Amino acid sequence: MSRRGRLALLGPALLGLGALLGWGVAGLPAFGHYRGPYGFVLDRIVVPLRHTTNVVMGTTFDVRGVDTMGEEFILYAAVLGVTLLLRSGERGRPGRQAGERLGTDGLRLLGVTMVGGGVLVGLWLAAFGYVTPGGGFQGGALVAGTILLLYLVGGRSAYAPFLAEAALDPLESLGAGGYVVIGLAALASGLPFLTNLLGLGTPGSLVSGGSIAALNWASALAVTVALLTLFAEFLETYVVPLARADEA
Amino acid sequence: MTVLATLVPLQAVAFGLVALGAPLVVLTRDPLRQALVNGVYGVSLVCLFVVLEAPDPALSMLVVSGIAYPLVLLAAIARVRGEARRRRRLGRARSRPDRSGRR
Amino acid sequence: MSYLPYAVAAWICLVGLAGVATSRNLVHLAVCLTVMQSSTYVLLLSVGYVAGGRAPIFKGAKPGAKAVDPVVQALTLTDVVVSVAVVALILALALDAHRLAGTVDPDGLADVHG
Repeated sequence: MSRRGRLALLGPALLGLGALLGWGVAGLPAFGHYRGPYGFVLDRIVVPLRHTTNVVMGTTFDVRGVDTMGEEFILYAAVLGVTLLLRSGERGRPGRQAGERLGTDGLRLLGVTMVGGGVLVGLWLAAFGYVTPGGGFQGGALVAGTILLLYLVGGRSAYAPFLAEAALDPLESLGAGGYVVIGLAALASGLPFLTNLLGLGTPGSLVSGGSIAALNWASALAVTVALLTLFAEFLETYVVPLARADEA
Repeated sequence: MTVLATLVPLQAVAFGLVALGAPLVVLTRDPLRQALVNGVYGVSLVCLFVVLEAPDPALSMLVVSGIAYPLVLLAAIARVRGEARRRRRLGRARSRPDRSGRR
Repeated sequence: MSYLPYAVAAWICLVGLAGVATSRNLVHLAVCLTVMQSSTYVLLLSVGYVAGGRAPIFKGAKPGAKAVDPVVQALTLTDVVVSVAVVALILALALDAHRLAGTVDPDGLADVHG
């Protein structure tokens, strides 16, 4: 079918989909008049039951823990797909480092300071995830993103430890697999999968939530290393050969 | 059926910005400019999430749309342009699909 | 007025879909896909909003205070991070197609033979 034919079909299709969506959302309760009891029940019971003041994190890692495990495996599978695709293709060898030292000394100092501060903020977000807004996903993503700044200010040689596949692959498996192992530990004690085993502690402090803390850190590790692997693959396959080609 | 208008003006503005940003992202055809517009659209989404009393998704969206998406998109765009430049430089002879058996 | 947020979500989804269907560049297509994904986040968080509710963080507050739905927030925050990896996979596939077919135009990909 030609492009014109497809575009002529697009108009009525969009109208039909729009009508369907409009009919669908018209059946929802009005904005702000949330009816369902599930959310209200969770708001009431998660803090007494699990001692985590961040109910969203308590929901993510305890009440809906299996969903989060599925999401982590989606992340793992997507990163696995990217590494399979990109590592089997052509890969630029480092060679001479063109365009490595970026900018002035002041800029590099600023960048390195930001990396330190950013990693600290990311770790804090992950650590206090079940007390205040934050969590393993947010903190892990921030740590991975801030480490990327090292590549921008220091070039490939400064970033080299985070490009090593031998280091990233086992850590990623540790994060994703650690989640399952913690759940299986409950199964080994005769309780349902992912039951909260450890002591609950006091709500509002760092020692609270029991297994939620362990699962939080496992997912933080998994997300950090998965994103670092992703960045490493993209940089090695798509950006480094360009630097090499520019100097060729 | 009468329902109260429960939309606070701040929320209406946030929704309006997001509704305005989405067509802008789609209508920007050049991928490089679109990556930039997508970053701004991500910030407007963060504002919307905060106004909807959702700090956790706001944190995720902030990191992802500010750092991860630009990197991934820029690497892809750089590669596409580099490939195009290489093909132009090497001329027509090398523009056939690459079947050197590397895969 | 009370259904405006849902209308915005539907509008974003349609706009993204139109972008995907009319795209001439695979990287542009990937970004339009992310726009469609963002429509689901807007819809989820709008469904969970409680008028006059606060964020579901109870540090320093009584656990019975009126708060918004935490389940949709849990869904959204994991989805946001995971979608980065999925879009990266899509881009890697697109670049592979570009390497094999010589073009990033989706219409030009139809001529790649095995």
